[in-house]
Amino acid sequence: MENSRFLVSSSPHIRSGETTQRIMLDVIIALMPALLAGVFYFGLNALTLTAVAVVFAVTTEAVMQKILGKPVTVNDLSAVVTGILIAFNVPVTLPLWMAAVGSIFAIAIAKQCFGGLGYNFINPALAARAMLLASWPVRMTAWVAPGTDAVSTATPLALVKMGADALSGATHWEEGVEAVGQTLPGLWDLFIGNIGGCIGETSALALILGGAYLVYRRVISIRIPVSYIAAVAVFTLLFGRFDFAAAIYHVLAGGLFLGAIFMATDYSTSPITPKGQIIFGIGCGFLTSVIRFYGGYPEGVSYSILLMNLATPLIDKYTMPRKFGEVKKSA
Amino acid sequence: MNIRTLTFKGGTHPPHSKKATESLPIERANEPKVVVIPMQQHIGAPCEPIVQAGDEVKVGQKIGEAKGFVSVPVHSSVSGKVAVVEPRLYSGGTAVPCIVIENDMQNTVSDQVVPKGDISVLSAEDIKNIIKEAGIVGMGGATFPTHVKLAPPPDKNVDTVILNGAECEPYLTSDHRLMLEHPENVVFGLQALMKALGVKKGFIGIETNKPDAIEKVFEAARGIEDIEVVALKTKYPQGAEKQLIYACTGREVPSGGLPADAGVVVNNVGTAAAVATAIKTGMPLIERIVTVTGEGVNNPKNLLVKIGTSFRDIIEQCGGLKGKVGKIIAGGPMMGITQFSLDIPAIKGTSGILVLSEEEARLPEPSNCIKCGKCVETCPINLMPVNISMYSLANRYDEAEALNAMDCIECGACSFVCPAKRPLVDSIRVAKREILARRKKAQSK
Repeated sequence: MENSRFLVSSSPHIRSGETTQRIMLDVIIALMPALLAGVFYFGLNALTLTAVAVVFAVTTEAVMQKILGKPVTVNDLSAVVTGILIAFNVPVTLPLWMAAVGSIFAIAIAKQCFGGLGYNFINPALAARAMLLASWPVRMTAWVAPGTDAVSTATPLALVKMGADALSGATHWEEGVEAVGQTLPGLWDLFIGNIGGCIGETSALALILGGAYLVYRRVISIRIPVSYIAAVAVFTLLFGRFDFAAAIYHVLAGGLFLGAIFMATDYSTSPITPKGQIIFGIGCGFLTSVIRFYGGYPEGVSYSILLMNLATPLIDKYTMPRKFGEVKKSA
Repeated sequence: MNIRTLTFKGGTHPPHSKKATESLPIERANEPKVVVIPMQQHIGAPCEPIVQAGDEVKVGQKIGEAKGFVSVPVHSSVSGKVAVVEPRLYSGGTAVPCIVIENDMQNTVSDQVVPKGDISVLSAEDIKNIIKEAGIVGMGGATFPTHVKLAPPPDKNVDTVILNGAECEPYLTSDHRLMLEHPENVVFGLQALMKALGVKKGFIGIETNKPDAIEKVFEAARGIEDIEVVALKTKYPQGAEKQLIYACTGREVPSGGLPADAGVVVNNVGTAAAVATAIKTGMPLIERIVTVTGEGVNNPKNLLVKIGTSFRDIIEQCGGLKGKVGKIIAGGPMMGITQFSLDIPAIKGTSGILVLSEEEARLPEPSNCIKCGKCVETCPINLMPVNISMYSLANRYDEAEALNAMDCIECGACSFVCPAKRPLVDSIRVAKREILARRKKAQSK
């Protein structure tokens, strides 16, 4: 029993088994049901697109870190998550090279230029989506209906928007859609994802499964997803003059579940305080509803999350938890 | 048994790691050939040695006199001859004056050691004096002089005493075994503490992972109306003073205040048992239960150790070190202090000696903070450890102070949960030290 070489360090001397890599792996696992749904509805091309986006995201991360002289940390799997989310946010018809450009932009510009994992101030996948949409608006909205024959279609929300534009002042939201000679898919199709839209966003069911797994694994709390989705329900109800059917439609259609469960909960770009997370979710829901009802664009999830990302530091600052013992000193 | 289960907000669940020793009865350690008794084993002013090299001393004899109010005397744990009085290394990491005594193995008890009589005839003042003279300090590890806690400023309205039997530190089982084997001493000690303070409400809080201890203490306290045994949810840091007070009474100790500001005095169950011994037998605090455990020890044990016995002696009785040893820790894994030498004495606050293997002791490589917010959710004081830490690492201590760095209780739960293995509590400690230094500087100007 010699005295040599006992390690001296400050406490604590044990650490939990939780690692960044394990968290990212959990997110990847949670995204699998939605990926399966995407492949089921839109064919194998959905898988190819996802693979391309992931490969380019990971490669870009490694190359950027080499260029910047930083340790290469692709093992943390965060770039894989970003790659999958980029593919989930584009239509299955998108050329592969455009998905690659999206991945490069997300990792190189939105993530690594701002310091890498944890330092980016906007969600890289959403930044890529916004960039792609601004650069190739037609290709980014070339939707197809589920099935092997790839019939082009419009998303349910696009139909609602078209209808509202065609028949301004319509007393009932569905009348407008009928006026442009279209029919809206039913709620069940919306729920299971049997509709046109981005690869990973259509099936609320698959996304909820993934979300439940993340909550069970304590990777995310329910605060952001629930407050976000509830806020969309409430605000669309208000803006739609208490049309319950319309509100339910807005909740299930579009990218709300993908956004609320997987994008708005992105650690780096959402508040860390519990109260802040609820405010963040409500803010996202409000902006989404405003964009959908009063904006020129049928969707609204990605832009509202991006806008709320910018407000995150401010929200954190003003929602600092009340510290324990912050009470009047007993006289 | 009608027992309430209580807890606090936040916290985390480190593995208990208590299996190795929780069912092992307390064993008396071998008589040490030599004891090294530090003059500072407590928070406050060090003692003045009152013996010299060559003096004969007996068990329980006072060998160090308290200097000032926040200080306690120190007693010899053996009988024998004082070899030398000189500075030696102790578990706090520095050298302090120590009295080194060669044990004559006779265990001759000092005639200063006499039973103090029945508690019913002792006044509050008597009890406080007995506690002070017995050198009793907080035995959970903080080693704050107990008699000081028993003399709250007159403007504080203390109405409750809580005994801390949470033992929320993983690995440690010394309090657990004490409660199982000597529950009557724990209850007796609480009654004495309550009498000393003149309060009518006493709690004994024990974590739910020790159901046998809850039962034993409950039985021992049966029929005593003003004592309530409560179960505490097994969660770290359940045994932190402020969290324990909140769990038992629903009161929050004001920021920067003392438990007395919430009307409460908290003592460890081990402290209560030491009080019981001091009253019943007159024997001052000269020995304590130490859990010797961890992957790096051959035969983990709960040992009753004489103060001043070296870690080396203690570990040798536990079959010696096993395999490649990484860390020697005085205390538990969450808040214990690593030691670079085995030649340091067990003192009044040594609740455990934990030996981690090289593998367990490997320091994790910190990576980027991913802003997951787990540290915020876990912090029992509701701080934002990630932000305080970032400011501290950037040497921006004013901002760290504005984020209430000084309220941090250094429980380490944030560092434990961090998936990126960031040095959270480490950097907050640095910030606290810097802020204190600045305050001192500002005051002296």
